[in-house]
Amino acid sequence: MESSRLPRQAPEPRLNLLERVGLAGMDGWLAFSALGLLACSLYTLYEASAANIVGAPEQYVQRQALYGLVGIVGMIAVSRIDYSRFRELRVGIYTFLCASIFAVFAFGVAARGSTNSLELPFFTFQPAELGKLLLILALAGFVIDGARRGSEGQRTIRILCLGLVPTGLVLLQDLGTSLVFAGITFAIMVAAGVRWSHLAAIGVVLAAFVAFVLVALPAAGTPVLKEYQQERLTSFLSPSSDIGDAGYQQNQAKVGIGAGGTTGRGDQATQSRFGFVPERHTDFIFAVVAERYGFVGAALVLSLFALLFWRALRLMTLSKNFYGTLVAAGIAAAIIFQVFVNVGMNLGIMPITGIPLPLMSYGGSAIISTFLMIGVLQSIHIESHAAQRSPWID
Amino acid sequence: MRIEPVIPRPRKKRSLPSRRFAVIGAVGLILLGILFFRLWSLQIVTGDKYLAEANQNRTREVRVPAPRGRILDRDGNVLVDNRTSMALQLDPIEIPTEPAERRELFTRVGEVLGNDADWVRRKYLDSIENDPPGSPITLDRDVDDDIVYYLQEHQAEFPEVQVNRIFVRKYPQGLLAAHILGSIGEVTAEDLEENPDKDLAAGDTLGKTGIEQTYDDELRGSPGDTRLQVDSTGRIVSQLPSTMPDPGDSIRLSINEDVQVAGETSLQSIGLPGAFVAMDVNNGQVLGLGSNPTFDPSIFTRPLTQKQVDDLYDEDLGAPLFDRAIGGQYPVGSIFKPITALAGLDGGYISPSDVVNDAGTITIADQEFDNAGKQAHGPVDLRRSLEVSSDVYYYLLGADMNGTRQLQDWAGNFGLGKATGIDIPGESEGLVPTPKWLNEAHKEEPDYYDPWVIGQNIQFAIGQGYFQASPLQMAVAYSALGNGGSVLKPQLYLQTEDAAGRVLKEAEPEVVSSFEMDPAYRQDIMDGLHDAAQAPEGTSYKVFGGFPVKVAGKTGTAERQPKADQAWYAALAPADNPEIAVIVTVEEGGFGADTAAPVALQILQAYFDKQAKAVSGGTGSVE
Repeated sequence: MESSRLPRQAPEPRLNLLERVGLAGMDGWLAFSALGLLACSLYTLYEASAANIVGAPEQYVQRQALYGLVGIVGMIAVSRIDYSRFRELRVGIYTFLCASIFAVFAFGVAARGSTNSLELPFFTFQPAELGKLLLILALAGFVIDGARRGSEGQRTIRILCLGLVPTGLVLLQDLGTSLVFAGITFAIMVAAGVRWSHLAAIGVVLAAFVAFVLVALPAAGTPVLKEYQQERLTSFLSPSSDIGDAGYQQNQAKVGIGAGGTTGRGDQATQSRFGFVPERHTDFIFAVVAERYGFVGAALVLSLFALLFWRALRLMTLSKNFYGTLVAAGIAAAIIFQVFVNVGMNLGIMPITGIPLPLMSYGGSAIISTFLMIGVLQSIHIESHAAQRSPWID
Repeated sequence: MRIEPVIPRPRKKRSLPSRRFAVIGAVGLILLGILFFRLWSLQIVTGDKYLAEANQNRTREVRVPAPRGRILDRDGNVLVDNRTSMALQLDPIEIPTEPAERRELFTRVGEVLGNDADWVRRKYLDSIENDPPGSPITLDRDVDDDIVYYLQEHQAEFPEVQVNRIFVRKYPQGLLAAHILGSIGEVTAEDLEENPDKDLAAGDTLGKTGIEQTYDDELRGSPGDTRLQVDSTGRIVSQLPSTMPDPGDSIRLSINEDVQVAGETSLQSIGLPGAFVAMDVNNGQVLGLGSNPTFDPSIFTRPLTQKQVDDLYDEDLGAPLFDRAIGGQYPVGSIFKPITALAGLDGGYISPSDVVNDAGTITIADQEFDNAGKQAHGPVDLRRSLEVSSDVYYYLLGADMNGTRQLQDWAGNFGLGKATGIDIPGESEGLVPTPKWLNEAHKEEPDYYDPWVIGQNIQFAIGQGYFQASPLQMAVAYSALGNGGSVLKPQLYLQTEDAAGRVLKEAEPEVVSSFEMDPAYRQDIMDGLHDAAQAPEGTSYKVFGGFPVKVAGKTGTAERQPKADQAWYAALAPADNPEIAVIVTVEEGGFGADTAAPVALQILQAYFDKQAKAVSGGTGSVE
């Protein structure tokens, strides 16, 4: 064979190249799934603006691409840092997290019905988006920190309280994000090995609390949730025909998804094109994908999330230390929780909570923060034993 | 033998991360599984249903009004046509329920139209009260272009306001035949209820009076549907294939425009309330029919003001909306005499050659009955009695026939005392008095009705007393005299034509009833009527003496206390073989020869002029 006579190429230069650009040791499938989802997001936004979808101007594509670029750079930068450093900074991170959420109370600006953003030069920043990652990093640190102190019950309550403080603060601004915070706290407790009995007790208390807030207090005349929040939460149970009503919009998204069929309607996608589907570039972007590209397109997006979830979760066992295990579990749970709530909302089986679809929904804070999470995961991978065996794809 | 103690090998416990990894992974997989299943069920299993729902979602069906058929005269001249108009309508679905918001909308819309919120509110309440639910609320028609453009440019601010192209009736001949044509109006809730088979919808128009009402099914056409693709705010994105509206068919009337114009203008020139009817004696086609004073039919194309409505019914203005030709009930005076004569001849009460000495007055049953102005006509036979219109001759006949139904039966033979069946609504039945009827009426209302005495039959014999008929009924009666005994249904309808002018249906003459009439007696009466019109001593000689066509005509001067006498004229022409019957009446017009006969002359002149033109190719004249 002619090829055999050619001089063998040593793997060295490739390694050097990856090292030079700072990609060595990364989890390729993880990067692939994240970049794939960003690509899906950009393609959908591009097609949507090309098809003159109501409320989808071209600037969404351009800006989303810019956010993606910033996010990718951030991901690479974070992946070069040993994530274990974050454990040492846990108190600082936690303080910053709470302070940034407090800052919203002081200087926040309203966006889409809730005040959850800070107006920065060139950029409207939502601290709670980055807060998801900060909470994971800090909470995981506190778990390790207190692993040997106090009884098991005390430890459980300590983690729970540390998690619920920012959750409660965010709840006052944005219901959806606070649910993600709660989900993260719960997932880290599961990964940390908190007794099942404790977790079950927390579950019971939580259920009672939710029932109290949603049913008992409004019945007693002191609603905790704002009226629109309550309506959004319960409307998916009874789709309404009243235009402008939350249930109507959600039902329209469902109709659009159903109408997409197997292969989608392309530019004939009237539900998303003519504005029946609300928040087409943000909360309901999945409905646009599903209507335009059908089951094929929507399943591709879900599969990419499945891949991302699996690669993230896998790091739990590959991590060089328990901190990495907890962080990986928190990030994997945060992503899958958001996917389930957002896509479930699109499909009409979850309430409207305003949680963006990670890496898909338009929005700088969410895109960049999610890429930073991926960066932390990459860091765990690079530091793990797996990375020592295979530098690129193992 | 030593038995090695079985030391249980420590079970290999999986590490904490891998145990908890499995839990979180399983939960994640279940969640993803739920999403996949739901996606599959929505898109693959029930996708068609949602596709249909999505397709229906973005279309809005709009009823496109069909242009209404035209109304033509017998020569094809257009009496009623359509024009398009921009109507400003509120979509009832879009109107807020919140009173403050509604008020705000009314104020904004009113401002654009140059009116205040109350004006809009009145229109709104009016529509809610009268129109079927869901009808667009028409605020104004014939809206200025400026306003239309303004609203189109600011559509986003006025999602509740629609500017729709509607069809409005137009009347190229102005006031001509106003009483015949009738008017159209928006469908009411009752209309919908009463006509479930008519495919009517809120916002449609319907014929409400006249020909528009009678032939509404032909004229209305069927509306089309435009399917519009709309976005979620209802903004129109594009138009989808639609069903075109099917224009209504045209109705051609038997109206002879020359006759109609002559009748209306000459009647108007007299300036008194009156009516005329011209009818083809052989087939019942109405050649002209009018009532004075008249009105402008186009006022019904816009909402009427209260003053306009009041004026239409105002007695002091002559109640212009009232069609005296078909709805007026009057004593007819001497034009009734030919019927009395036929009744007397038929019953053997008199023969044509019997002579009565007319001294100008006669006393029967202690009551004195006079000729007009007590004028004595000397010896009169049948023919002479008609020529000079001797009342005494007929007083005696009436007296002789009292106690029998002879006169009443013969009035009935001529179609009097019941509706003629003309194809426009609003006709009256008139009244043929009988002893039985009057005595019963007297029992019920003694102050108002006297009991029957011989004087009633005597008055009836000259078309007075309780006897009443409409001009149309008299036209039908004279037509029966002219055609030898057929009471015809008067018809305005000639034929139905489609938009391209093809004839779809034609009128057929309808004989309501017929009776035997001795031709010799009829001839005597026709001779007498001819003398009355064209013999030097005839009552209307000064009007018809020089008319080139042989006319049989009778004047009438009916007493209507306390009003002044009502003038009548009845004519059949040509006298030898009548084609046309003309009846003219002028309220408070005095002697028939003075006011009614000249109008009849104009009508006959127009009729025969036109006939001559048609024969000679448009150059001839009767004179």
